[in-house]
Amino acid sequence: MLKKRIIPCLDILNGRTVKGVNFVNLKDAGDPVELAKTYIERGADELVFLDITATIENRKALTGLVEKIAAQINIPFTVGGGINSVEDVENLIKAGADKISINSSAVRQPGLISEIASKFGSQCVVVAIDTKKTDAGWEVFINGGRTPMLPDTVAWAIEAQKLGAGEILLTSMDRDGTKDGFATYITAAVSRSVSIPVIASGGAGTMQHFRDVFFNTDCSAALAAGTFHFGLIDIRELKNYLRNENIDIR
Amino acid sequence: MIAIVKYNAGNIKSVQNALDRLGFESVITNDPKEMKKADKVIFPGVGEAGSAMQFLKEKHIDKTITALEQPVLGICLGLQLLCRHTEESDTECLGIFDTNVKRFPPAGKIPHVGWNSFMSLHGNLFSGISLNDDVYYVHSYYAEISPHTTATCEYILPFSASMNRDNFYATQFHPEKSCGTGEKILLNFLQL
Repeated sequence: MLKKRIIPCLDILNGRTVKGVNFVNLKDAGDPVELAKTYIERGADELVFLDITATIENRKALTGLVEKIAAQINIPFTVGGGINSVEDVENLIKAGADKISINSSAVRQPGLISEIASKFGSQCVVVAIDTKKTDAGWEVFINGGRTPMLPDTVAWAIEAQKLGAGEILLTSMDRDGTKDGFATYITAAVSRSVSIPVIASGGAGTMQHFRDVFFNTDCSAALAAGTFHFGLIDIRELKNYLRNENIDIR
Repeated sequence: MIAIVKYNAGNIKSVQNALDRLGFESVITNDPKEMKKADKVIFPGVGEAGSAMQFLKEKHIDKTITALEQPVLGICLGLQLLCRHTEESDTECLGIFDTNVKRFPPAGKIPHVGWNSFMSLHGNLFSGISLNDDVYYVHSYYAEISPHTTATCEYILPFSASMNRDNFYATQFHPEKSCGTGEKILLNFLQL
């Protein structure tokens, strides 16, 4: 039986993880490799590293970090943040990333999805979509959620699949950081409309939120950042809880 | 020394990283001499079957691989290329395993991505592994079940999770990305 995946997301700034971390027994909470290993030990199914470094010079450090992660991590991981070209992707894949995620650049130049998919395969292309409900409907935003770009999230997800996306990472901006639960309506709508896996993101605050998104939508995975970093939810406890709720979990 | 076959497919470095973690020396190569003298050969890969087969033929690696006498492990695309034929770009493959590779019917999310357990398993690759252990898959094509199948998995339909014929072994899943379970399976191969 294919399992539902639990994916912690680590924000990377200049090669270090950011956001406060409440783990005990962690020597250096700022070291992405150390934190990643802790998550794996607790049962994470996959990891996402999101680079939020602003400057191009500092971004070069990312390649070195990805090499270090790839050398030490024995589960799949995705790298995202500021990827604008096939060359960016090539550097990250060569360094050992299993998948890359693109967001703003995919909306600005959708052809990039096809270029990456044809060169490295659809399996490594995660298209991240930031969505928010406005008077116009569920709009797609870019630039970290600042700029509305496309009127219809479902239509964009379908288009991304056609262009060669292997997975959709759908983040509800209304819910992100609120701990009010995943946006099940739009997650269900997107999951229903595409035949590639959808990762739900934004709003996780309790273990029941994970149960609800797996129960009420067809999503394949659920991602969270702060909820795991701050120790509000322990991944192993979460997985035990979901197993008891009859959700297929590794 | 373990030889990892170098060709135009992704994910090759991941296999070397996994061998490093297990303490085995390896070399990424497509030199027939180096492949022949290695203790074991790993034939990994993520990518498109048609262009991969074309590359192997152009570099004459195809014949080197099928003539290998030491234990060989195909992973993911490596497993598919060791079969007779794949629907992906209608490609003739190496023909070690007497079965064909087909695209999953559109009755679920494709690709099959994530952790899945076994329906059945036997053979020395799976010593110490149980049916409920999960391994990581990423693929849109699958090898049909055949007499060479040693482990099966179910997604949309039952398919070959692993195969073995003589010195040739293969897994559709990625042991190098499958946490502790994958490491055990890799070690079982390395200790053959």
